[in-house]
Amino acid sequence: MALNILVLGVGNVLLADEGAGVRAVEQLQHRYVFPPQVELIDGGTMGLDLLGYLDDKSHLFILDAILSTEPPGSVVIKKLLDPPAYFRQKISPHQIGISELLAVAAMQDCLPPSITLFGIVPLDLSTGIEMSSEVNSAVAGVVSAVVKELGLLGVEVASAIR
Amino acid sequence: MAKRIVVDPITRIEGHLRIDCEIDNGRVTKAWSSGQMWRGIELILQGRDPREAWLFTQRICGVCTTVHAIASVRAVENALSLEVPLNAQYIRNMIIGAHGIFDHIVHFYHLSALDWVDIVSSLKGSPKGAAALGQQLSPWPRNSEQEIRAVQEKLKSFVGTGQLGIFASGYWGHPAMKLSPDVNLLAATHYFQALEYQRKINKVVAILGSKTPHIQNLAVGGVANPINPDSQSTLTIERLFYIKTLIDEIGDFIKNVYMVDVAAIGAFYAEWTQYGAGVTNYLSVPDMPLDTKGTAFDLPGGYIGDGKVGSFKPITGFNDDFFKQGVKEGIKHSWYKGDWDRHPWEEDTVPQHTDFQDNGKYSWVKSPTFNGKPAQVGPLANVLCMYAAGHAPTKTYTDILLATVSKLAGAKVGIAALHSTIGRHAARAVRCAVLHDSLLGQWQSLMDNIGRGDYATFNAPVFPKGEQRGVGFHEAPRGVLSHWVVIQDGKIKNYQCVVPSTWNAGPRNNKDEPGPYEASLLGNPVADPEKPLEVLRTVHSFDPCLACAIHLLDPESREIVTVRTMV
Repeated sequence: MALNILVLGVGNVLLADEGAGVRAVEQLQHRYVFPPQVELIDGGTMGLDLLGYLDDKSHLFILDAILSTEPPGSVVIKKLLDPPAYFRQKISPHQIGISELLAVAAMQDCLPPSITLFGIVPLDLSTGIEMSSEVNSAVAGVVSAVVKELGLLGVEVASAIR
Repeated sequence: MAKRIVVDPITRIEGHLRIDCEIDNGRVTKAWSSGQMWRGIELILQGRDPREAWLFTQRICGVCTTVHAIASVRAVENALSLEVPLNAQYIRNMIIGAHGIFDHIVHFYHLSALDWVDIVSSLKGSPKGAAALGQQLSPWPRNSEQEIRAVQEKLKSFVGTGQLGIFASGYWGHPAMKLSPDVNLLAATHYFQALEYQRKINKVVAILGSKTPHIQNLAVGGVANPINPDSQSTLTIERLFYIKTLIDEIGDFIKNVYMVDVAAIGAFYAEWTQYGAGVTNYLSVPDMPLDTKGTAFDLPGGYIGDGKVGSFKPITGFNDDFFKQGVKEGIKHSWYKGDWDRHPWEEDTVPQHTDFQDNGKYSWVKSPTFNGKPAQVGPLANVLCMYAAGHAPTKTYTDILLATVSKLAGAKVGIAALHSTIGRHAARAVRCAVLHDSLLGQWQSLMDNIGRGDYATFNAPVFPKGEQRGVGFHEAPRGVLSHWVVIQDGKIKNYQCVVPSTWNAGPRNNKDEPGPYEASLLGNPVADPEKPLEVLRTVHSFDPCLACAIHLLDPESREIVTVRTMV
């Protein structure tokens, strides 16, 4: 399978640190120029709407705020070997999140073979568009980690000249 | 003795919608609906440029991004009395139609069908029997024994790995599950097919909305899609014809599968036409504007009081005072400071959280009223109002659906059956078919208008000094959505979103009358309080929309719903 990478940032930018994944994608887009085999998407809080973007991808990077026992501002990078918790008991389409997206992709045979989670542990989830300083630093950490991971796959990114 | 159960979806951070029921002798005798999350998005908008409000409001929700974007630009346009070019109306209308179809299909198949369809039972079904049944019900070519067998194999492989995957949490084998294994298998097959078709219709939104998950093409005053029949970088005739292909494919699925499945479930669960009516004051708004001023619409809307379809009063345009003056929100039972009943332009948003007080404050959701009364919104309200208004496609599809139910049930089922839990699902399917016809009509109107050489898509807004007030309403998939804006010297002074689930999930109002969820649960049977499938059936039938603002990923598997039983 040809190298074809989706960098997917998700989260709600109206809830402070909840939007960390989206903010990380924005920073990547702002600071670097990517070759055509890398696609960056601000997925917001969408679920099934994102299914089409997974087609023919060899690698999926998910950038998202995560629940974790690590302290706020931590960055947790892990390979997702099995798609995580599936649809459980859902009340509304609004609860279709990334887990369900991956489950549906698996059922439709379009799940990318390699999935890496770049998780950020949030501190502040109150209403507001500014992130906490801890998570701001973590977002910068994720940006570097994504560039490094792309490098390991042989993808060089160039600095954006602004 | 009465037992109390609490159904509390534990989402990633905190519960969002919590339902408390008192159950006596196997029936719900009291119910409370509580929104468990503080939103307060309106506060972010104060002081901002009204032209960018829609970019923020479309982030409120994970599925309803487009609807909040559209209501927001309409509110600002209404405040400025700004006309919208015809092409922009048609393009917006196509986004509205495609998004609504996507949402209705996903809600029925992927979020609520499994309240009625037992996936584990479908493994015992016979592909041959399911195919025969399917072919008897509709001409859908994909009801073949071969395709049904393949789905069953796929399902078996999920179970074979020791987990049911996405089907892990259903109430399989529950005594309230009544479909035969063959019917369950046919429905499971359509569940998988629906996954394909929701993708197709979502593509229409993506193409028109400029190919990102959040539409980027709206603007106060129109849309940002340049139309040039010859240029590759704009909305071309080629792209418009591709959209037409997608619309045609989804139409077959809606009419030959979705409508039929809902009719079948309605017929097999006929007793569910007796439960879940609740509040029968119905409010809907007209949508799919056909002129630049918002005075003519493809889909009518209005108000029906006390379930009397003959009492229908239409809402005629974006400036209709009947709607503008009728809406109020109260906070007697909501976690906000004070106890008032105010028009959205006059509201403030000052949180005051207490514990859960059965007779006091118990929800973050406010209590909207229309002319002083609670009102149900959503596809059922919309379909009843369109039916009452004499809208021909609505009448046609309602009659087709009821005829199929009657045939399957072996008894005449009339429109009165729609005031119920199962009726809300039926109405959603009818609305989906109506939206599809309207979507085709909008496509044709856009092509015709471009053919006449009109490429205009945008009128620039001008913000005068002083104060302007506006309302933007939209008949969203879950019902009436309205955004209310007060603009002062070109900046937002006040902003309120009155969303469909506020109407339906609201707590008791200032007169202590229950909201639609609460009222609809009264009298519902509950066979097993530990597994309150019947409560979920009724709440799901509204297509609830409270969990939209949170999206934290939990890498570990956790249960989403807890059910607590208290004596």
